[in-house]
Amino acid sequence: MTRPGFVLEVDRNTPPILFHHGEGFRLEKLPPGRTRVIYPAEPLEPIEHPDAAIRHALLNPLGDSPPLPALLRPGMKLTIAFDDVSLPLPPMRRPDIRQRIIEQVLDMAAAAGVDDVALIAALALHRRMTEAELRHAVGDRVYDAFAPHGLLTNHDAEDPDNLAYLGTTDKGEEVEINKRAAESDLLVYVNINIVSMDGGWKSTATGLASYRSLRHHHNVRTLRHSRSFMDQHRSELHSSNWRMGKVLRDAGVKIFQIETTINNDVFGTEGPMSVLQKREWEWNARDRFTFLAMQKSLERLPARTRRQIFHSWKAPHAMTSVQAGEVEAVHQVTTENVYRQHLVAVEGQTDILTMGLPYICPYNVNSIMNPILVMCLGLGYFFNLYRGRPLVREGGVLIMSHPTPWEFHPVHHPSYIDFFEQVLAETTDPVEIESRYEKQYAEDEWYRHLYRTSYAYHGVHPFYMWYWGSHALAHLGQVIVVGGDPRAVHRLGFRPASTMQDALEMASDVVGRDATITHVHNPPILMADVS
Amino acid sequence: MKALQFEARPARYAAAAAAGRLTPGAGAKVGPLRLRDLDPPELPGPDWVVIRPRLAGICGSDLSTIDGHASRYFEPIVSFPFVPGHEVVADRTGSDGSDRVVVEPVLGCVTRGIDPPCAACGRGDLGNCEHIAFGALAPGLQSGFCHDTGGGWSTLMVAHPSQLHPVPASMSDEAAVMVEPTACAVHAALTAGIREGDSVVVLGTGTLGLLVTAALRHFTPAGSILAVAKHPTQRELARALGADLLAEPDEVLRAVRRLTGTMALGDGRITRLTGGADHVIDCVGSAASLADALAAVRPKGRVTLVGMPGHVHVDLTGLWQREIVLAGAYAYGTEELPSGERRRTFDLAFELVRAADLGRLVSATYPLARYQDAIAHAASAGRRGAVKIAFDLRNEKERTRL
Ligand SMILES: [Zn+2]
Ligand SMILES: [Zn+2]
Repeated sequence: MTRPGFVLEVDRNTPPILFHHGEGFRLEKLPPGRTRVIYPAEPLEPIEHPDAAIRHALLNPLGDSPPLPALLRPGMKLTIAFDDVSLPLPPMRRPDIRQRIIEQVLDMAAAAGVDDVALIAALALHRRMTEAELRHAVGDRVYDAFAPHGLLTNHDAEDPDNLAYLGTTDKGEEVEINKRAAESDLLVYVNINIVSMDGGWKSTATGLASYRSLRHHHNVRTLRHSRSFMDQHRSELHSSNWRMGKVLRDAGVKIFQIETTINNDVFGTEGPMSVLQKREWEWNARDRFTFLAMQKSLERLPARTRRQIFHSWKAPHAMTSVQAGEVEAVHQVTTENVYRQHLVAVEGQTDILTMGLPYICPYNVNSIMNPILVMCLGLGYFFNLYRGRPLVREGGVLIMSHPTPWEFHPVHHPSYIDFFEQVLAETTDPVEIESRYEKQYAEDEWYRHLYRTSYAYHGVHPFYMWYWGSHALAHLGQVIVVGGDPRAVHRLGFRPASTMQDALEMASDVVGRDATITHVHNPPILMADVS
Repeated sequence: MKALQFEARPARYAAAAAAGRLTPGAGAKVGPLRLRDLDPPELPGPDWVVIRPRLAGICGSDLSTIDGHASRYFEPIVSFPFVPGHEVVADRTGSDGSDRVVVEPVLGCVTRGIDPPCAACGRGDLGNCEHIAFGALAPGLQSGFCHDTGGGWSTLMVAHPSQLHPVPASMSDEAAVMVEPTACAVHAALTAGIREGDSVVVLGTGTLGLLVTAALRHFTPAGSILAVAKHPTQRELARALGADLLAEPDEVLRAVRRLTGTMALGDGRITRLTGGADHVIDCVGSAASLADALAAVRPKGRVTLVGMPGHVHVDLTGLWQREIVLAGAYAYGTEELPSGERRRTFDLAFELVRAADLGRLVSATYPLARYQDAIAHAASAGRRGAVKIAFDLRNEKERTRL
């Protein structure tokens, strides 16, 4: 039986608490009497026979959908779209869930005599997946059968010949998605739902959309009115995607949605990383030794090597549920399953929220976590992992720990470099950024070229990262980064602190001396259900 | 009279060069610059006059000379020992400030008593004079580099009336001392041949870069002006003087690419642009700035060197393949405005100093006795949030003696 998440009140006997810190860690003694630590639940029990569970889901769909084999017939055009390299985090050990599902879908299609099949990585405006990444996601067998024939491709949101315009929502939002997907007799979408934001109509309406279409929900207004975007029912981001979903359905796009959830098992139960998944007061002598030895040896390594080590880590995540069928019916069950792993009940808000940011976020898999991504992970993702109210009160302080180097992956994030050098040098106000600069970046020919032909995120992507954190920016009184490069932290509009002690001292100027502190012990991911 | 004198003493000069390489401006401590009591220079001709400097600026070319960085190119066109200082506002008579003048320091044919003047002087292009080592004066391209005239870093110097421009009563000494460097900038901006809407990159935002930015905005139909600034004060001033865009030195190519919407070579790392800016005005004059200039300018674009370059090592393959025009811009004389009108550069400089309130660029002044501090301050001006450093002669007691 796995233990649920819970809230620890810090007292004098509480040992130092673990903070992730990029490709490293910090142990911080937190002030007793006014601090609480929120721990995620332990990894849920996995499904014992995932392949059987997948088969069962395909044959017993939810909602008004017939079983998958009933939707397959000779001569039809079938497209299988799947989540890209941003999911799951960290990447999972082989076989990836996508491979398990796609193999079964292809088997059923073959059995039904379907021979027009194409696979598309639904990456929206993310960078294209490399061959190695595609092989990891879909497996070598699928890759070798499709890729050489041009039937396994990365979605291209800027390919005018390969996008289909399907109309507008009742709010005037343009819906334009991948043409092959739109014109298929059946679109099977394969999800890995790592957080509650993923899946539903967002899979197709975002993952396979064009820039023209995406900008209707990826903007400051929508993201500021998504409180949080992890809570579908209070998320304008989701309302917009659901409206677009209606347009897709009305246009006759037939979707068979497959969603899966995974457990929290990020660091495993064996090896040096497993200590990261234990609660500090349960560390035994051996755990302490392992941790210190790991930290010591990491400190001795050059940053590049450290990064390589972390990014080669494949998590032992295991599948906890799989559901298939009609989009909304499927997504409802999926969300419950995500919450089952992530939700932790928390009473009331806090003055100071602390978090340790790890080495990875959805946009730097096999890459560099640049300062803009640090902002997005902290203020976009972790801040928004709540239901009800934000964990930190309005006007409160966010303290995050990350080295925040002034460093960018030039191939993956070229427009981020410009955004950091030009835009953030002028302003950090999302509204001003959007109105003054978005168009120029979104329409820049060089970025478009690199997005389409190389492995670059779309020119507009750093804007989305900034908008992602725009609710937090408006909500928070101050943001402090512990252990970050001061120049980079200042450029983000945040305050650098060299130690947690200094950061708490600085925070007291904003929220007073006896301010309450809450630390989210994340990752593995948890979502606070704040009353 | 009291003066800072620069002597040509090869051994000292070598020591200065070594020190200057380590710390800019440090040459002043060991270099061949000395504070002296000197006899006033004799009047080189009947119409010459004595003037008493009020403020005299420290120019980048002065710093190069003091640090021993100046090219040996200058040796035959200066005469030792000399009193530096060519950015000068002075009193023509008395010392009550009632008849203030700005010195136009170029020593062309007229000042040298050469008649008829050379072709350049005849056209009014004094900076191009072919006789700067000849005639009635010792060699010297400008007052402040010529043994016979003295220079502004002293309580007294001599000048030819053709060199003197009266300062309006309403103009402060600080504004007036900016006229000479502003004239250099005006010449650079107008000589570049900028057309309606051209994109212009200004490399360097020391005094010269800031003044060039102001001149571009005021006198040319330039479109976007991108100024490359290292320090916060420079950024603010560049913006205030007319730069639309700002970039840090190691961000130039990216900034130019954004501005011009060009493609770039390199897979996200920019090694070269396929296009570039119409103009680059290099106000630094280093190997690095020249390399940036050649990389940032478009094919058939023009690079104008305003900062004094000296010996630089630079790859000219791009200049050849992209048919880039590389040109210098030195001093001043007469300019042709985009309207076709011809005017003396100094008159335009007066106008710009007033219009853009350039007197505010004088950040600090020093008495002659503190010349080492003054030169150190000038050499690290950008880092210290300063722009123009000048000597203030108004309170030197030797000033009233002669
Ligand atoms: Zn000068
Ligand atoms: Zn001449």
